[in-house]
Amino acid sequence: MDWSALLLSFKLAAATLAILLPAGLLAGRWLAYTAFRGKAWVEALVVLPLVLPPTVLGYYLLVSLGGASPVGQWARQWLGVELTFNFTGLLIASLVFNIPFMVQPVQRAFEAVPRNLAEAAAVSGLGRWQTFRMVELPLVWPGVLSAMVLTFVHTLGEFGVVLMVGGSIPGETRTIAIAIYDQVQGFNLEAANHMSLVLLLLSLVAVGFSFVASARLVRRS
Amino acid sequence: MNWKAFIAPCLLVAAVCMASVPARAQAQPIVVAASDLKFALEEVAGLFEKQTGQKLRLVFGSSGNFYSQILQGAPYQMYLSADEDFVFRLADAGKTRDRGRLYALGRIGIMVPHGSALKADAELKDLAAALKDGRLQKFAIANPEHAPYGARAREALQHAGLWAALQPRLVLGENISQAAQFAVSGSAEGGIIAQSLALAPSVGRLGTFALIPEAWHQPLKQRMVLLKNAGVTAQAFYDFIGTPAAQAVMGRYGFVKE
Repeated sequence: MDWSALLLSFKLAAATLAILLPAGLLAGRWLAYTAFRGKAWVEALVVLPLVLPPTVLGYYLLVSLGGASPVGQWARQWLGVELTFNFTGLLIASLVFNIPFMVQPVQRAFEAVPRNLAEAAAVSGLGRWQTFRMVELPLVWPGVLSAMVLTFVHTLGEFGVVLMVGGSIPGETRTIAIAIYDQVQGFNLEAANHMSLVLLLLSLVAVGFSFVASARLVRRS
Repeated sequence: MNWKAFIAPCLLVAAVCMASVPARAQAQPIVVAASDLKFALEEVAGLFEKQTGQKLRLVFGSSGNFYSQILQGAPYQMYLSADEDFVFRLADAGKTRDRGRLYALGRIGIMVPHGSALKADAELKDLAAALKDGRLQKFAIANPEHAPYGARAREALQHAGLWAALQPRLVLGENISQAAQFAVSGSAEGGIIAQSLALAPSVGRLGTFALIPEAWHQPLKQRMVLLKNAGVTAQAFYDFIGTPAAQAVMGRYGFVKE
């Protein structure tokens, strides 16, 4: 059992969630409440990482962020960081491929909030932040929760993109999914079995927990 | 459920995870190697770590993929390719310290799992017969586009006059280790793999292996090189591979020096 790989996957999932949650709340709410020309194309762009093969996404990220690319060179010169084959690269990739998993459920949840509620809140003298916190958030919370769980579990299991931009470096870019792949290739089937089982159980528990919690929340409201 | 009560622990977990980056790992040089070296180099590295107390991070994969990754700026310090062309191209691109050193000649052979309808023989006679009488469903090789062992397998099959007929039956591994995995998995009748993998007990016990004549394909001149950012540990490991102790291990896995 490769614990450092599992820890790395958790770290990646937690960092992805910490960055994507506030961004996803803002973007999802904006998409739900605002109508503008070309909105369908923005929404299509949001869903794109979901429908593209992970290898395509990974390839584009590798080429656009790699040390030979303008972005990669800029980051090296001005920020002193490399954007591929390290944790930073994995995090960038992970943020991109999780956008639909975070934004979509959040957007759907905000769309289901009755619009007159916000007006009623405004009439009652609540500020925008208070309305968001006390009226909207309790209503969208089940959607947000499922978005968080999906993002987290999806990051744990992501393979193709990580393989392309990561390079399977132990302790740095060898996530649990990559470690399983390496173990199978190394004819270490017992270790691969153990790790696969752990990943399967973790995912089942996380998704199950979110369903149970959502059901309770929905019943309560 | 209070949403704040949920988010706070999430952020805490994130913070703890971020803080626990294994800092010591940074000091260990990353050595990338063609996957035919999987077992041999792990043993050599074990010997090196025991003798010097210095640790390495070994990553195995396809030589061609590592080549592309190094061109993209991957932070590797040493590269052991299964094919010297990749090393020369990196040297020409200014990514390496020098033009490297030949460390072994690789060999290929046919591997057939126990219970397969196919028999392993050096001149691939039964493979030709199985193609004709329909015993052959799937046959594994490494991807000849970017894996040197795959390219040599293609040459050997062309030499035997089987390449065209074999096309619809081929399954391609991403690297030679995956090809070996396919070959012995039982879902293919066999495959062409590296001798060094067949000589590893965990692979060898799964089937029978026959070495293909050396003259049937271009030699697998395996070359290693230190990359521009190589440190002292990588340098020491590079030198260590030339020592008799390391060469003895390599010899047990069927690698010979020119």
